[in-house]
Amino acid sequence: MIVNQFLVLAALLFALGVYGLLVRRNAVMVLLAVELMLNAVNINLVAFEAVLRSSEAIGQVFAIFVITVAAAEVGIGLAIVLMIFRNRASANVDELNLMKW
Amino acid sequence: MNVGDWISHPANWAFIILGLVVAGAAFRVVTSQNVIHAALALVATLAGTAGLFLLLSAEFVAWVLVLVYIGAVIVLFLFGIMITRAPTGRDVALDHPRKAWATIVALGLFVALSWGSLRAFGTTELANQGEPTATETVGLSLLGRFVIPFEAVSFVLLAALIGGITIARKDLTPAEEVEREAR
Repeated sequence: MIVNQFLVLAALLFALGVYGLLVRRNAVMVLLAVELMLNAVNINLVAFEAVLRSSEAIGQVFAIFVITVAAAEVGIGLAIVLMIFRNRASANVDELNLMKW
Repeated sequence: MNVGDWISHPANWAFIILGLVVAGAAFRVVTSQNVIHAALALVATLAGTAGLFLLLSAEFVAWVLVLVYIGAVIVLFLFGIMITRAPTGRDVALDHPRKAWATIVALGLFVALSWGSLRAFGTTELANQGEPTATETVGLSLLGRFVIPFEAVSFVLLAALIGGITIARKDLTPAEEVEREAR
């Protein structure tokens, strides 16, 4: 197995995540797209670790950190979406122009 | 290294199958017009990614991914979808109408990223294939060299927990506050 097959697959996942981020209108779906992008980054970290094989498995440790921060991000993100939904009765990001000048 | 050598390796067959599952499911995540289907397609993407991690001899990370993502995050997403009463049936208004620009940006990004990695790494092989990283190594690293980031991340999780509760909690009106005090 060469490393590039994993890197190109991760690039594809990242691009799909960016597409979803730009195209989706529902805030929950935007968060789903962000998860795809974080997942692509994790594949890259683990793939580089499989090439370098450091004695401390640094790439895998960083992948675990990314997973943890992503879990925190989802928790906070969904809480914010929930609060906006309660105040505006909508989770549509096109309508969230409250902080726009 | 030619294509014949590459394809004759059984691990590459596993990669092709997993890669097709991951890419197809990821495509469904961003294109599905049904919100629940999109969340369930993310489950397939993450399960395929866990398989890729097993191929990359990262067993511990693979099972952490299954536990944290498929076990917890997806459930959170499904709750979020149901609480915000997102249109769970087919709905054309789920996507922004200007899809062409997003497609151009995503395609450009994919071409740039894969061109860069193809140029930089060529046919670099993975080292020590089929030799899984011991969970002991990951654990010693987490609680040895990376103990400070590890504690910082646990603090982030605690802050996110408290913040999530504070943000999502319903604010009581003064009248309700008095009523609660009386009880």
